[in-house]
This record gives sequence, structure tokens and C-alpha cells, in this order.
Amino acid sequence: MKSRRKILDNLMTAATWGSGIALTALVAGIVAFVAVKGYSVLSLEFLLEPPRDSMTRGGILTPLVGTIQLVAVAMGFAIPIGVATGLYFAEYAKDDLFTSALRLAIRSLAGVPSVVFGLFGLSLFVILFRFGPSLLSAALTLGCLTLPLMVTASEQAFLAVPRDYRDASYALGASKWQTIWKVVLPSAAPTVITGIILSVGRVAGETAPIMFTGAAFFAPNIARSLFSEVMALPYHIYVLATAGTFIEETRGIQYGTVLVLLLLVLGICSVGIFMRSRFRRRMRR
Amino acid sequence: MKDRLPGAIVKALSSAGILIMVFILYFLFREGMPVLKSVTLKDLFFGDLWYPAEDPPTLGMFPLIVGTVAVTALSSLLAVPFSLLVALFVSETAPRPVREFLKPVLEILGFFPSIVLGFIGMVVLAPMLQERFDMLSGLNLFNASVLLGVLTIPVVSSLAEEALGSVPEDIRNASYALGATRFETTVKVVVPSALPGILSASLLGIMRAMGETMVVLMAAGGAAIIPLSVFDPVRPLTSTIAAEMGETPVGSPHYAALFFGGILLLLMTLAVNLLSAWIEKKGTFSR
Repeated sequence: MKSRRKILDNLMTAATWGSGIALTALVAGIVAFVAVKGYSVLSLEFLLEPPRDSMTRGGILTPLVGTIQLVAVAMGFAIPIGVATGLYFAEYAKDDLFTSALRLAIRSLAGVPSVVFGLFGLSLFVILFRFGPSLLSAALTLGCLTLPLMVTASEQAFLAVPRDYRDASYALGASKWQTIWKVVLPSAAPTVITGIILSVGRVAGETAPIMFTGAAFFAPNIARSLFSEVMALPYHIYVLATAGTFIEETRGIQYGTVLVLLLLVLGICSVGIFMRSRFRRRMRR
Repeated sequence: MKDRLPGAIVKALSSAGILIMVFILYFLFREGMPVLKSVTLKDLFFGDLWYPAEDPPTLGMFPLIVGTVAVTALSSLLAVPFSLLVALFVSETAPRPVREFLKPVLEILGFFPSIVLGFIGMVVLAPMLQERFDMLSGLNLFNASVLLGVLTIPVVSSLAEEALGSVPEDIRNASYALGATRFETTVKVVVPSALPGILSASLLGIMRAMGETMVVLMAAGGAAIIPLSVFDPVRPLTSTIAAEMGETPVGSPHYAALFFGGILLLLMTLAVNLLSAWIEKKGTFSR
């Protein structure tokens, strides 16, 4: 009887260790595979040249810059709203209808499939607002998608500011807004910024929301206005891998683009994860 | 007075969240409901032919709905048990340094762009399946489910791990003090008290799989048929919308049908999401 208990115990230890090792192998395997396959294509020219000859040669400058532009505009839209909503939840929210409606809305937004955001962006920004398929439409769609992430991150950042700070500020006669502006915001800023960095990582890799709101199959130039279509790294991968007559010939470029996207996204996220763990440690002290 | 204005601005900005959610619902219904002018609700739901490009189009969404359900179910079946094992490992059995290493690994996996996994499904997994099982094409339900499963692991594992981690240490110690092994403590004490959190984590993983687009678009094969085996190709709602929206004229019955597919997707994910929120809330109350 006793041995059976021991066996079950060891079995659980073994199974969980197995799952942990399998997970690590999976993540390392995917990254290593893409790195090995894409490494030979990677060069400074690959990053700094636009695609040429029906995208069978050249580099990925246009989609790379397009992705950066999309992220920048999306963040310009999402940061003020996301941080304000986080601030509202942490500092202002009363137990009223507005607050529960807002909570429900943010929770629901977090679960909306990315392709549905695409439909929404198409009907609102592209058609109704007449922005057309453009950098602006695609970026606003991405901004809506990232909103719940940003809200949760900044709410937690504001809640982590110790009560004592606020009390001390009030004791000095500061008003509520003075306290928020001079005390809460500065002390929460590093964590808020971390949340923003992580959102950037998420947005940069999204494909479905931009497919019919402004991502271009091919664009000869970098977008110069908010109303031109843009190429984007994720969509560029999709186009090269599924459409066109040169799918096999461009395999190298495809792996290279996947590697660049993966490095970009994981690089951004690693910075965010690292920063967060440092701030957490400092907060604990 | 000076203090009221910033507060009002903050509140006004935050109302954008409600506005966006309402707009999403409004636009999906406004663009999607007109499909009922050209097809009856019954034919739309249960018609098993999807030929949207013909004139007049045949808009039977049954294969697409079945595709979504099949791919969600199979990927959850593959990924949720594994994810829970990982959660148990991180929270219960792993030594501290291993745990500190594994948490960021999980988080990094959560940031993998879905296009990367779709690409791997297409150029790596599909040829492998094709060779191993001597199939016509490796792009099928199984392929897409495996990769969707990979995308669900970080969601389920990290949320379930959080739930397990919030079980007070006292309860564990009490169980050990009674002479229970770690297995007995985990199964009889820790998991039951974290159950609401574990369930809600699993549901959120299922929701993620249901709404995922790029992986199924690239790896599921894209045939609008009812799959009879796991190696049949499928065309879930998400990939149908993504593949066809670019080519259909605005306002056509096909266009409306794709928005209607969006409504179905939204309602399905919303139902899972709210169920998970409800379980979470109930779980915290009982503690």
C-alpha cells in the first residue's frame, strides 16, 4: 500500500518534469529551427533593401518600416485611452453602472477574435470614416485590439503604488489630481512603460486585423502618409508563402522574414519581461 | 473645479472601451444581418454547401461551423491536459530555479506571432505528415489543431499556474502534516481549491483557439467540408472570413454572410469568455 502511494507520487513528478522539458524543447526547437533556416538570408542588405523583381529578390525594408509605422500609430491611439482607463479603474472607479459596463467591455474586448477586429475596422474605419485601406485604418484597428492588454497592465501598475504615497500627498494638502499627476503617475511610470512594451510586441506580430484594413500585398515605397497602404512583416510572410507563382523560389526570403519578425517580437518582449522582473524586485524592497 | 476637469477627461477617455465594444457589435449586426434577405436562417446554419462565389451564391455555413468546433475541440483535447501538467510542474514540483526559468519561457511562447506557427504548419509539419501517413496533403484538421494547441499552452498554463499558486501554503502544509504525499496533496487538496481558476484558464485557452485565424488559414487545408477523420481538411469560420473578405464586393450577400460568420464567432467566444469570468467570480466568493 505504501509503495503504491510512493509510485503515484513519483509518477506525478516524472510526468510534470516531462511536460516542462517538452515545453522548453518545443520553444527552443521552433526558435532554433527558424534561426538555422533564416540565418543564411539575414544580412544588412536584407534589412535595408526593398523587395525587388516581384518580391523574389531584395530585402524586407518596406514591410519592416511598415510594421514600425503601424505599431507607432496604433500606440499613439491606444496609449492615452489604455492608460486613462487603467487610471480610472485604479483611482476613480466607484461601484456604479459605468464601471461595471467598462469592466465588462474590456473583458469582452480581450476575447474578441482578431479577425473580427478586422471586420470591425473594415466597416468603421475603411468604409464609414472613408479612410480607405490605409496605414491609419489598420493601425486604429490594431489599437483597439491592444486596448484590453494596455488597460490591464496599467491598472495593475497603478494599484501597485503603495497607499502610503497617496496618503502622504493628501496630508500635504494636495488635491486628488495633484496626487495622481505628481505622485502616482511617476511611481507607476516604469511599470506602465513595461506594459506598453509588451503590447508593442503583441501588436507587431498580428496579421488578421490588418489583412483587409490596409496591409498591402506589395507597395513600391515606404508609406509617406497615413492614408497610403503599408506592407507589414506578418502579412508579407503570408503573401510570400501562400500567394504568387514563386512560393518555392522565395522560401529563403520567407524564412528570413519569419526570423526577423520572431527576433523583433521576442526581442521586444524579452526587454519587457526583464524590465518587469527588475521593477518587481525593487517594489518588494 | 481645477480638480474635476482631469477626472472628467480620464472618464471620457475610458468610455472609449465601451464605445468600441458597442461599435463592434453594432457593425457586425448591421453588415451581417442583411444576409437573411438572401438565405433563410435555417439554410444558413444547416446548409452544407458553401459556394459563395457562384451566381446566385449558396451560403450554407454548417461545414464552417463544424470546422470551427472541430479544430477547437481537437486542439483543446491535445493542449489543455498538457498545459495543466505544465502548470502543475511550475507551481508544485519544479525546483525554484527551474520555475524561474520556465515562467518566462511560457510567456515568450505566448508572444509567438500566430503567422509564425501557421508558416511552420505549412512548410514543416504538413510535408512531415504527408510523408509519414502517405496523405495527399498534410494541410488538415490535425495539423492546424496541433499548432493551435501550441498557441493555447501559454494561455492555459500561466493562468492555471496562477490559480494553483494562490492556494495558501498553510493548506499544503496541513496536508503534509497529516502524512500525505505530494501527489495526494496536489490531487486532493491543491487542485480542488484551485479548480475554479483552472477551469476558467482552460476556457480562456479554448476561446483563444476558437478565434485564432492565421494558423487555421495556413494549415487547415481550407476545404469547406464536414471532416470525417482528423486528417480531413477543414475551413473554420475565422479562415473563411480572412480568405474571402478581400475578394468580395461590399454589400453583396457573400459580404453579409462573412459578417454573419463574424457574429457567430463573436457570440461563441463571448459566451466562453463570460462563462470563464463567471466561474472565476464564483470561485473567489467561495474562498
